[in-house]
Amino acid sequence: MSSLTNELVHARIMQHAAEMVLGSETAYDGILIVETARESLIGLLTLLKEDKDLNYHFLTTLNAIHYPDQTGRELGLTYHLHNWMDNRRIRVRVWIPVADPHIPSLTGLWPSANWMERQEYDFFGVIFTGHPDLRRILNVDDMDVFPMRKEFKLEDGTRTDKDDRFFGREGNYQQRLD
Amino acid sequence: MSINAAEMPEGFGGEGFYATSMSKAIGLARANSIWPLPFATSCCGIEFMATMGANYDLARFGMERLSFSPRQADLLMVMGTIAKKMGPILKQVYTQMAEPKWVIAVGACASSGGIFDTYSVLQGIDKVIPVDVYVPGCPPRPEQIIDGVMKIQELVKNEPARRRYSPEYQHLLEKYQIG
Repeated sequence: MSSLTNELVHARIMQHAAEMVLGSETAYDGILIVETARESLIGLLTLLKEDKDLNYHFLTTLNAIHYPDQTGRELGLTYHLHNWMDNRRIRVRVWIPVADPHIPSLTGLWPSANWMERQEYDFFGVIFTGHPDLRRILNVDDMDVFPMRKEFKLEDGTRTDKDDRFFGREGNYQQRLD
Repeated sequence: MSINAAEMPEGFGGEGFYATSMSKAIGLARANSIWPLPFATSCCGIEFMATMGANYDLARFGMERLSFSPRQADLLMVMGTIAKKMGPILKQVYTQMAEPKWVIAVGACASSGGIFDTYSVLQGIDKVIPVDVYVPGCPPRPEQIIDGVMKIQELVKNEPARRRYSPEYQHLLEKYQIG
């Protein structure tokens, strides 16, 4: 089935799992985005993976984003799936509140999700329930923040050779001069 | 064929003998046989490769023998961005080097963090190990690296033999929680 269009995919998903879909859109690059809730994430992704017509059998990547202004849906997770036979892609998006950053782990469905989920835990503090080994992967183990969340400063506080006023942040440059 | 021999240290000479202080004789030998350990993590490392190459030829300084084992190295050359996760490894490499040892920080990143003013990058290697010479630049040209190496040679030449046993040096290591 090489003529797997977004319309056909959408129709197929609505046919089997309409209750799991909260919305859908076609992104600027022509890839279908399906939004779902965290309760139905595993069900929807299982359908996309196992269904012989859809056949999205490959988890390309997973990424997260933090919008502090979207109350109740601050953290967004996007799962990128790929159907290698038809060379089609799809994205599945879930919004979760930052106060309760739990989401089911995909490690049972795709073992490759293990490190991807560790990365999102590392940078955004998303707790993947059911993950076999959820610990930091890229940052130092004793880091006590989730650096990609907007409430944390990007800059390092131990910097001593810059005049902070020229870099858009409060500093103690004048104090250092004294 | 002209040969550039190392300059004789200050001393007293006559027919068939030359007398100078032990410190100076050892300094002369050390300064002209430094074994560098290249700790290259990014673009400054590429500049170092040019420095080692035939055009710039660091071997002129008695440095053709790169030591990739810290135990046989005299000079730790840190070239490139050091992520915070790399910090403990760098410190371990430094700790494994035998005394006397020197450190040169090549480039803006190794010296101060450079453009990477961010949560994941060490803001200068002098946060974890003592540094003798800083080479500015992003990345510095091979000439600048050679200039830094020559400054290291000056330090090595003029270092008193007992400096490493001095309370000041012990205090420096304690400050970095080494040794």
